[in-house]
Order: sequence, then C-alpha cells, then structure tokens
Amino acid sequence: MAELPERLCRITGIGQSEVGRPSPRSAIQLTMDAAFQAIADAGLTPADIDGITNYPMKSTEGGGISPVGVGEAMFAMGLDCTWIGSATHEGPGHMSAIFQAVMAVATGLCRHVLVFRTVAQAQARLVSRESTLLTGRHARVDGNNAWTVPFGAVSPANMWALYAKAYFAKYGATSEQLGWVAVNGRRNAARNPNAIYKKPLTIEDYLEARMISSPLRLYDCDTHIDGATALIISHRDTAADQPNPPIHIEAMGMGLGGLGQGIHTGDFTCLPGAEKAGAMLWSRTDLKPKDVDNAQIYDGFSIHTVLWGEAMNLFGKGEALAFIDGGQRIALDGELPMNTGGGQLSGGRFHGYGHTYEACIQLWGRGGERQVKGAKVSAVCNGGYGYGALLLRTD
Amino acid sequence: MTAIVSSRPPRKLPLLEPDTAFFWTSGADGHLRILRCGHCGHWQHPPLPRCPVCHGDDLAPQKVSGKGRVISFTVNHQAWTDGQVDPFVFAVIELDEQRELYLFSNVLAAPDVLRVGIPVHVTFEQQEDVWLPLFVPVAGENAHG
Ligand SMILES: [Zn+2]
Repeated sequence: MAELPERLCRITGIGQSEVGRPSPRSAIQLTMDAAFQAIADAGLTPADIDGITNYPMKSTEGGGISPVGVGEAMFAMGLDCTWIGSATHEGPGHMSAIFQAVMAVATGLCRHVLVFRTVAQAQARLVSRESTLLTGRHARVDGNNAWTVPFGAVSPANMWALYAKAYFAKYGATSEQLGWVAVNGRRNAARNPNAIYKKPLTIEDYLEARMISSPLRLYDCDTHIDGATALIISHRDTAADQPNPPIHIEAMGMGLGGLGQGIHTGDFTCLPGAEKAGAMLWSRTDLKPKDVDNAQIYDGFSIHTVLWGEAMNLFGKGEALAFIDGGQRIALDGELPMNTGGGQLSGGRFHGYGHTYEACIQLWGRGGERQVKGAKVSAVCNGGYGYGALLLRTD
Repeated sequence: MTAIVSSRPPRKLPLLEPDTAFFWTSGADGHLRILRCGHCGHWQHPPLPRCPVCHGDDLAPQKVSGKGRVISFTVNHQAWTDGQVDPFVFAVIELDEQRELYLFSNVLAAPDVLRVGIPVHVTFEQQEDVWLPLFVPVAGENAHG
C-alpha cells in the first residue's frame, strides 16, 4: 500500500501575530507578522516557500471572517509559489487548508507550504455589532439559513444551545459540569502571554454570567479577535535539515454530517461528521486514544469540546462531562490536559488555527508556564459544520 | 397552569424559492406539507429535487399530521441587534411521520413548562405571503421518554 500522504509531511515552523480586540495592525500586517515568524521558525527564507494556502477564501462580507486572501498575501510577502491553494467554507472546515497542503506536498507539487488563517472580527465590530444574518443586504433570507433565521436563530449560539440542551437531557449532565470547559480554558490562558482573556474565572463566575441562549452562558461562547496564525508544512526529506525537531502528522481525518448541510442528521447529542473524522483518523494509525497526552479541541462553544471529545473516542458516549467536571483531570498536570493555551474561549477566536498552533507549542516544549510535561502526542480537532482532526507527534 | 405567553422573535422572513415556496405557503389552508417520495415513501425536509434515499424524482408535497415532539430547545436571551429582545423559545421538532424528520421553529409556550420530549402540534403565523409553521404543546401531556 502506498504510504499515507500525511506521513510524507512534517510541520516545521509556526507563527502567531499579536492578538487584539481590536488590533491597531491591519489584517494584512497581522498575516505577515505570523507568516514571517513561521518561515523563520522553520529555518527558511521567503524564497523557500513554494506553496501557499489559507482558510477560508477571502470574503469582504461576514464581519472580518477572512479579510486576507492567498493572492494578496503572496504578493505582499514577495513569495513565488508554484502551488497556490485556498480552502472554502465548504468541506471539512478549518483543517481543510492543512489537508490541501498535505496533498500538495505529498504529490510533489511543492516542498514548503505556508498555511495561514487571519481574522479581523474585532475591527469589523467597530463598524457594526449587529448579526450579519439578521441585517444582511437582503430583505429576506434564502438558502439553508431560511430554515432557522425566520425563527430568530440568527447566531450559531442558538443552534449549539440545542445540542447542549439535548445532551444534558439525554445524559443528565449539567451546567455546573459544562462550565469547567470555560474555567479550564481561562486557567490556561492566564499562562499564555498571547491569550486575550487572563483574568481568573471561577465556576461561580461562570454560573452567574448572563444567559445567552440557554443553557449556554456568556463564557460558553468564544470571543472575536483580530489575529493571524501561520504554519509551515514541509516534505519530510527537507525537514531533517531544518532546525526544529519535525512534528509528524501521524494521521488525519475528515467528515461531514449533522448540522448545516441541508439535511440534518443525528439526535443533537453527538456530531456525526466529527465521528467520521475520528474513525478515519484512528484507522490510519497504530496509536490509540489512550496515547494522546494533550488535546486541543475546538471550543467555538464549550459544547463543541464535549461532543468532539466523544467523537474522537477520547471519552465514551455521554461520559465527557463527568471527566471534565471539577477541572482536575483536564488540567495541565491532569490525565488529559485540554486546550492548554486557553482555547478559543479565553485565547481568542483564532478559528481553529490556535488549536493546531498550541499543539505544536506543546510538542516542541515551548509552553513555558503552561507546558505539559513530556508532551509527545497531540490530538487536534476543529470544526462545528465541517470536521477535521489531526494526530500530531514528535519522534 | 398560569398562562405566561412566550414571546416571538424579531423575524426576517424567508425568500420563497422554487423548491421551498410550497412549504412556506402551505399554512394558508391550515395544513403543514412536507415533500414526500412517491416511490419509496421517504419524507424529505428541507425539500430536495430528488429523493436522497432511492434517488427517484417523483416527489410531491403531502399533508402531514402537524404533530411532533420537541427534540431540543433553547431560550434565547441575547439581543443580536441593537435594542432589547424578550426571551423566546427556539426549538427543533421531530415530526411524527418519520425519525429525524426535523423542523426548526418556535414553540409558543412558557419556557419553564417546556421539556425535551413533549408533544407539540403546528400552528401558523402569517406575515405577508409566508405562513410560518410554529408549534404549541399538546394540552395536558407531559414529556415521554
Ligand atoms: Zn425515495
């Protein structure tokens, strides 16, 4: 059997801009800050970068969700790429740009891909704080949004609240348990110099915060920022000559299904698409869920982390919140340290790329006060509509 | 039971599109209709041009009972536009006709009496050329399961 494409690739460098709410730096400047950092970290120069992609494609709508495209980034940085990709909102979500980069490197189209993700949602909020779904340009709502927006569900918070409520009802889980996803994130963010929220948060603070869409409260929702993340994916043949110990992409997995693709499947207590991603990932490696020593799991909303953790088989069905409850077992010195940089809830909505970045931080032992001792295998899970997961490891 | 009438959210109406207009206007005669496959009998919502089960193209809107149960719900407290909003119930309803035949809607009931699993039936709210299917709890019944 041919070697898996991800086994031909290594992550060789990472970079992240400052985080702002808002940032005084423009979106393209934030992008370049992260990208040049990642290129230097990989021991490369801009002339070595022969592939580029980002997630998602540039959009001038949607409140700063993706203000910088690959074209302008490539020219702004003086890159001369032979492979030029760009992931869309469709497909396996945030990870799709990374999956593309893996395929481009594995098929020999290029040797070093710059993957970036830039958000400028805080800057956009200075213009309008309103839900783009409710105000929009059109008098009426069309497409898939027509099934939810007319009933007042103008925020993803409303949809994910349905999952939290159904999960609570099925398994007898509680807000007191769910709150530990947020409390744990804040605890770790306090040790991450680039996190947006570092003020201590207790479970009491969490429970007293205002309700957004029950049972989701204020601290169950991540926070918009301005910032960029970049990483370099290189062919393994060149990685040996680069300064960082290469990070292996042990396995990857992707899936669709559940929310937001027209037909809705599942009973609102699990993520069918994430389960497909998890099954694909574990089918491509001899490692097992018990080998994971740190987990960076998407937390656009706290309930994502719960459902993704179960989809990845890190927890049994309905068992995640019993594990998370109290925060000990997911702490930096616990059995499964989780969202060690603060996640998106307290680190800021780097939109999936903060999780991949943090996994590399841990695997390279750069975590400082938030370093997980002996971190060798990291599970990274991203997405709330399309789903993608990576299993990263060091030698 | 004290009659606390739940509020309704600010509405942005759906565009009537070729495949969906029948659904949004179905309530004009008081009946909810869902697209159904004439070949295998599969109910399909949202409407699609072919049956995703048997791939047949003999699909037509057909009356349903309008009965279902609350799979999950949330009470929205956040004003997503400037200004205040009264809390309202956003829910996902599974229609009795078929497993996982879901509609998103509002349940017109006081949030504190709502439970996952309770039976509901359809009612319509007309605005312009749209009849929005909303749901109310079936009187005197409690959650089962
Ligand atoms: Zn059929």
